[in-house]
Amino acid sequence: MSATNGSTFLSRLDKTGTDILKCMHCGVCTGSCPSGRHTSLNVRNLLRKARKGESVLSDETLWTCTTCYNCQERCPRGINIVDAIFEIRAIAVHEGIILPEHHTVGKLLIEHGHAVPINAENKAKREALGMDALPPTVHSFPDALSEVRKLLANCKFDELISNE
Amino acid sequence: MSESARKEHEMNKMSLFLGCVIPNRYPGIEKSTKLCLEKLDIDCVDLEGASCCPAPGILRSFDKTTWLALSSRNITLTEDLGRDILTICNGCYGSLSDANNELKADEDLKESVNSHLAAVDREFKGTQDIRHITEFLYQEIEPGNIRELVTQPLEIRVAVHYGCHLLKPSKERTGMSVERPSFFDELVEATGAVSVDYQDKMECCGAGGGVRSALSDEALALTEHKLSMIEAAGVDCIVNACPFCHMQLDVGQTDLNERDGTEHSIPVLHYTQLLGLAFGYTVEELGIDLNSTLNKAFFEMIEERP
Repeated sequence: MSATNGSTFLSRLDKTGTDILKCMHCGVCTGSCPSGRHTSLNVRNLLRKARKGESVLSDETLWTCTTCYNCQERCPRGINIVDAIFEIRAIAVHEGIILPEHHTVGKLLIEHGHAVPINAENKAKREALGMDALPPTVHSFPDALSEVRKLLANCKFDELISNE
Repeated sequence: MSESARKEHEMNKMSLFLGCVIPNRYPGIEKSTKLCLEKLDIDCVDLEGASCCPAPGILRSFDKTTWLALSSRNITLTEDLGRDILTICNGCYGSLSDANNELKADEDLKESVNSHLAAVDREFKGTQDIRHITEFLYQEIEPGNIRELVTQPLEIRVAVHYGCHLLKPSKERTGMSVERPSFFDELVEATGAVSVDYQDKMECCGAGGGVRSALSDEALALTEHKLSMIEAAGVDCIVNACPFCHMQLDVGQTDLNERDGTEHSIPVLHYTQLLGLAFGYTVEELGIDLNSTLNKAFFEMIEERP
């Protein structure tokens, strides 16, 4: 059973306080959305569809939200709108619906412990500034990186990322 | 600095959390931060062995358990030191403080996260706090004391960009105004600069939520709008508190110029770089010349200061 039609989907949304009866469709969320000014994202409509059990997992506007939280801050009903978007995104990713660039970021995290790892150009910039070529993060401490990888494996993050 | 202010901030022992973008893309911000912390006599050490916070937009979107486990591991590093974390990035601040607050408030969640941390012999205790350099300087040092340490006041016009996750979600943040905050403007003005008001000042840069990494045209649409509002206000530079906003506003200008043949050339500075200039450090020492968008006239104006 797909999570879109399953009761799990709605119960997971319940935890974020996006109960459809709470929303009065005033549109403050959509009107406050900086992404919606320039893209086809319509937050009110996206969550309305999700609550009706319509498929939103493949809706590409799900990923045009910058998580700026304007909608959540201004919602007169106090609905945790961005938390709901995170929840829907997580369900999509667990169903294997993931943008290729985001998949790459997940792989970089597993490999380096950084979503944005160092490169040759920036090692040179660091040295030109009189700094060590590598920062004092997991980049300089192999044991710390092993720990991060072990933790990611324990959370089954590597399985999630390898399931394309 | 007054004796009482000094006493107050000596109580805060901090560890510096670098994140990813600053050390690996804008190392000048890392250096500027350390120069400023030294000048302000703040007891702060590197948080050695820290990883990605992890990035809230993408990795929190993927899997909440992983996001919490990795961020709580970073927090356990600072718990071992008995220090609070000092972040210089809105994303790291958001990720780490959301995780810290959630775990402190929910025993069941804490237990569940600790069951994962046990695999690497760690335990989240919930003893430390997460701070962002702007709210930290504002509350612990205060703009008036910073002004006293400024040796080369900056007579420039600045567009302040707060960035979203410094303030929101407000239930997890500083408690300061989300719609019309002023603390960052006050810190900028402590350097002698003027914070110029502009339309849509509180609007997003476009980078967050994984939009920059996967949907760059959509991200750039937001950036272009933001830049046009800043340009209309007539400023010498943009000052931000987040390397991801910094990158979007800096590289965004060169991306737009390449794509559309425009001539955006607004210098972009992290707050610690602005403060570094006011403390007398040079553009090169602070790595401001390592940006993607380079504005020669701005560099000359800074160099020709008395």
